[in-house]
Amino acid sequence: MTLIGWAQIALVLACVVAAAVPLGRYMAAVAAGRVTFLAPVERVVYAAAGIDPRQAQGWRGYTLAMLAANAAGFLLLYALLRGQAVLPLNPQGLDGLTPWLAFNTAVSFVTNTNWQAYGGESALSYFSQMAGLTVQNFLSAATGMALALAVCRAFARSGVKDLGNFWSDLVRMTLYVLVPLSLLVGFAFVAMGMPQTLAPFAEATTLEGARQVIPLGPAAFQIAIKHLGTNGGGFFGMNSAHPFEGPTALTSALQIWSQQVIPFALALTFGAIVGDIRQGRALLLVMLAYVLAGTWAVYGSEAGGNPLHLALGIDAAQGNMEGKEVRFGQALVALFTATTTGASCGAVNAMFESFMPLGGLVPLFLIQLGEVLPGGVGSGLYGMLVFALLAVFVAGLMVGRTPEYLGKKVQAREVKLAMLAVLVLPAAILGFTAVALVLPAAVASIPATGPHGLSEMLYAYSSAAGNNGSAFGGITADTPWMDVTLGIAMMLGRFAYAVPVMAIAGSLAAKPRVAESVGSFPTHGPLFVGLLAGVILILGGLQFMPALALGPLAEHVSLLAGKTF
Amino acid sequence: MNGVLRPALAVVGMTTMLCGLALPLGFTGVAQLAFPVQANGSLVEREGTVIGSALIGQGFTGERYFHPRPSATVEADPETPGSTRAAPYNAAASAASQAAPTSAALLATLKERVAAEGAGPVPADAVTASASGLDPHISPENAAQQVANVAAARGVTPERVRALVVQHTEGREWGLFGEPRVNVLRLNLALDGLR
Repeated sequence: MTLIGWAQIALVLACVVAAAVPLGRYMAAVAAGRVTFLAPVERVVYAAAGIDPRQAQGWRGYTLAMLAANAAGFLLLYALLRGQAVLPLNPQGLDGLTPWLAFNTAVSFVTNTNWQAYGGESALSYFSQMAGLTVQNFLSAATGMALALAVCRAFARSGVKDLGNFWSDLVRMTLYVLVPLSLLVGFAFVAMGMPQTLAPFAEATTLEGARQVIPLGPAAFQIAIKHLGTNGGGFFGMNSAHPFEGPTALTSALQIWSQQVIPFALALTFGAIVGDIRQGRALLLVMLAYVLAGTWAVYGSEAGGNPLHLALGIDAAQGNMEGKEVRFGQALVALFTATTTGASCGAVNAMFESFMPLGGLVPLFLIQLGEVLPGGVGSGLYGMLVFALLAVFVAGLMVGRTPEYLGKKVQAREVKLAMLAVLVLPAAILGFTAVALVLPAAVASIPATGPHGLSEMLYAYSSAAGNNGSAFGGITADTPWMDVTLGIAMMLGRFAYAVPVMAIAGSLAAKPRVAESVGSFPTHGPLFVGLLAGVILILGGLQFMPALALGPLAEHVSLLAGKTF
Repeated sequence: MNGVLRPALAVVGMTTMLCGLALPLGFTGVAQLAFPVQANGSLVEREGTVIGSALIGQGFTGERYFHPRPSATVEADPETPGSTRAAPYNAAASAASQAAPTSAALLATLKERVAAEGAGPVPADAVTASASGLDPHISPENAAQQVANVAAARGVTPERVRALVVQHTEGREWGLFGEPRVNVLRLNLALDGLR
């Protein structure tokens, strides 16, 4: 670790927080319908779709609309991927995807997971990337933001069913937040070297006379929303480590900023909607603390280098460079890694598979903590609010009084639903991993032997259920078993989580909001920040410790003992 | 059910038209006008032929050129259908080694590569495979180690080659972000221009 490395980390995070403050307020204004500069476009959409944007929806209506939009998105994307060969903008003449891979990829992009079982440049046409994946990058992000807004309103309102209108939230978040930011960031990306063309792949004759095929495509715009929407599915196979997807260190820094800015800002949007910005700031501080801790752990483990390799006579100055690019440096790799896994993005600018055992444990653990640090756009906020409810419940147990959060009594129904939601992740991750590890068809996907093989499988299901999308890339992901079970894990992680959360929102909105009294537990101060961080660590993380001990921790000990596999 | 079916189909359809077609196509047009070089892949030409992209590494092997980092990219093996064989810097399919930190195979490979590099602590990037398999850069330390060999193969003084390396060493962006590095293709192009 170096001072200049930490200066890079500090500057990026400072820019995130500086932008999150106005963006958070702006999104609250958009949610309240006070931003109207695209009203004509909105009106066209509402008229064509038969939507009344002022129609109030209860939690059931809101959730049903969300599920319908996602189902329609899934069907369209599946059809596009299957029929790629006969659709336009396919200059390389690529075939359609197999049913398994098309199912996996469609689920993956609808659920904001963006797991890459496909290789972007070798499997997908320009049309599939643009009209298929890019569209879902917008829709899945806007879906998460809409759900988060509904949950925010549940805290702000009292004695009502109305959580807002899903369709107008979806349309407004897309038009007023995601589209403008994507255009802005996209142009910066092109200026920094990302391709944006419909021309076929370029052919070059190298200085030594060899033929080199250089893949191109309409990449920059898709990569902008890939990060802003915490989607993470790469245009190119090696994601943001590919020189076209991450041409410079500055692009990587801007990608980190893009992944974090909306989830962090949404915490402040929450504060604005409930009328107390300090509440949002408390959530933001918990998120920031974990991002910093994760970055520190990855940076420390990678910058030191691999003792087994250094013993061969390799200079330690650059750290562990297997699976890393020269231009980024270890500091930006560490911050990118903690960001992409804390934020449920899944883009990568280095290969986690080749990280040191503890360096690889950090992204895995950040996913398992529940994707709330800061989590995906929207999903991170509502996940964090579930943990906040559980934190006040724990505090209530300690002092023996009815827990309250923002003047809402937290009672048996909410706590049961919250527990149901937070159990989805361990059940899907550990359940599927356990089954996969005893099935020969699944184990065949693991190339590594020893504890690292277990880490690969555990990471795959953690990434899918956490809707992250990053991987220990050595695993063979495109087999019928992996495609289907990972697809199911993604759906559980997204929808089996969101539905109970929406039920909580429905129940909270109906309750009266009581005024704070001297006996209320303040949920904006350092005590609550510490409590919330602790609840996330214990509730989110503890159940994974045995699995982590058998995977990355066992590998770490083996490595220290000089054992290879 | 009709209450959600029509909005769902219409919203997905209209988002496809807007975010999937109109915006990316318009964006492509503006990008092509504003940043024609970058938008088309930063291609590098010499005497009218495309010799590569400034951002994509090439697998130089000759003694007269600086060598890039090891690359783990592969290509389809024409002899055994369904399997692949090593093809360094195959830009059509980016790939990493995906080797575990405790991989015995990686350790053996590194041992061979370090032995081939000769004496002294070897710069890590000279013996490890990059994440994309297409890393266009090497570290200045790595370049410095190759100067003597390249100069000898070309029959020029090491000083001239070293000066070229210094000239092609890029610093951190904004003096802060990333690492100092040398673009191998640009350096080798300049080498060919040495008289």
